[in-house]
Formats: sequence, structure tokens, C-alpha cells
Amino acid sequence: MNARSDAPLDAADRAIILATQSGLPLLSRPYHAIAEQLGMSGEEVMARMQRMRALGIIRRIAAVPNHYQLGFRANGMSVWDVPDERVDALGEEVGALPFVSHCYRRPRVPPVWRYNLFAMVHGVTRDEVEARVGEIAALLGDAALAHDVLYSTRILKKTGMRLRSE
Amino acid sequence: MDSIDRAIVNRLQEGIDVCERPFASIAGTLGIAEIELTARLERLLADGTLSRFGPMYDAARMGGAFTLAALSAPPEDLERVAEMVNAHPEVAHNYERDHPLNMWFVVAAERPEGVREVISEIERETGLRILDLPKLAEYFLDLRLQV
Repeated sequence: MNARSDAPLDAADRAIILATQSGLPLLSRPYHAIAEQLGMSGEEVMARMQRMRALGIIRRIAAVPNHYQLGFRANGMSVWDVPDERVDALGEEVGALPFVSHCYRRPRVPPVWRYNLFAMVHGVTRDEVEARVGEIAALLGDAALAHDVLYSTRILKKTGMRLRSE
Repeated sequence: MDSIDRAIVNRLQEGIDVCERPFASIAGTLGIAEIELTARLERLLADGTLSRFGPMYDAARMGGAFTLAALSAPPEDLERVAEMVNAHPEVAHNYERDHPLNMWFVVAAERPEGVREVISEIERETGLRILDLPKLAEYFLDLRLQV
């Protein structure tokens, strides 16, 4: 074995990721089912997955809902141009709003992209999203030099991250 | 969806444990049998209520990287461009958006330089310029929906 202690993943971890990245078997003992497929023991698969979870390599082992199917048909990515020296403080405030599902600072790419703060807002209708975007605008006040809302019109792909198998 | 389905969607977004029978105790709390929970879960995945169920891996914590990328595809060419973009396993999700920049996708790679490589490949294949907008700071992330 040439596993390095600083390498986050060894070959067995990778095999587990490849076997589970499209989903977990819906069986009574799912980790044992993976183990059987990989020729490992259930205990080893569980120990490795617990380690990956402790390191944050696995964020959660959970269901990912389809927003559209659940009635949240209006998904607006609101984008804001705020002064760079204030973006961290303002981002924390926007991120704390209950209806914002994620909030990030991203780079500007002049002249095609001026917005440095992104806040995702989901709603049942566009009117609902617009009202919530209005709340963000009120919170930001003069700090918002410009904003836009990009609604998703179609999911083109939603598989989650995939390792290449080679 | 009945009230049990709704409870399952809400509860399973929180995540399950790594243990021998992770569904058993959740089924108990919901007042159903373990086998009913897994059967309902299978149906919610098959009918598209859930996009997936399983470990959510974080490319950055694996030692890799990810970014949000955007491009402007000519509307008549959108399907062809989407096929070229989606063919890359590093593209984790991709949304059409109502904007001149009409395609927004997340690229996640196991090695930090992998993100740049995939973006360059897609630029070469499509002949389109891609905006690379990596996260510089995260203020909040919680994708769970109450239904």
C-alpha cells in the first residue's frame, strides 16, 4: 500500500464512492449490500463512510427533492452588485433570511457579469419569488447598485457529482 | 403524495445514519414498517418526486474543486449544447435559465485543475465562451424543503 496519510481518499474509499454516487440501495441493510458488491465487510464500508462523513467528504446521506415536482415551480437565482468591501457583511444578512436556500459571493467578470452576490430563492409562483426578492432589495437598500433574477425554466441535468471510473 | 410520503420527504432530507439498519428507526418514528419505508422511497424516486437518495459528496473536501459556470447558447442550438455539456461526468447539474446567459451548470472535479480542464474542453467543443464563477465565500447553504 502506498496510501498517504494526507491523501483524503484511498482506492477502497474511491470504490465506495463509485458504488454509491448514483444512489444507495433501498434495502434493509444498504451498507452491507454495497460491501457485498465490493467484496468488503459491512463493518469496513460503514467505518469508511463514517470517516468520510466526519471529514465532510460526505455532507449527508439523504434524499434530494425535485423542486418542480414538489410544486416549487419558481426558482429564482437573484444576483446583486454590492460594493466588494461590504459584501461579506451583507451576504451574512441575506443568507440569514428564512427563504434564501443558498447565498454565495462569486467573482465579477467585467464587462459581461457585474454581480458579486448570489441568493437562491424558491417559490410556488414567480410573484412569490418577486416579493421575496423585494425583501432582499429592501434589506440591501443603497448598497445594491443593480440586481437581476434568473429563473430556471428547465432542469437539463441533476445527477450530483460523479467521479470518473477510470 | 399522502401525509406519510410528505413526512418521508421531510425526514429523509435530514439524512440517515451509517449503521446496520438505518431505515428501521426512521420507519418506527413514522409509524410504518421498514419495508414500507423503502418501498415508498423507491416510488418517490421512480415518479421523480425525489431526484436522488444517497451520500452527497463534497468535491472540495475530497481535495478537488467545483465551480458554477454559465454560457449563452444560441436558442436554436440549446439542445445540442446541453448534450455536449451534460456528457461530462464532472457536470453535476445544469439548468436552463430565462436570461441571455441561458445555461448554468456546476462542474465538480476530483482534482483542483480538473475544473479548468473541463471548462476548456467544453469551450472547445461548443465554440462558446464560458463564465467561470467559483464560490469566493459561502454565507448560507440549506437546500432542504418542507413539503
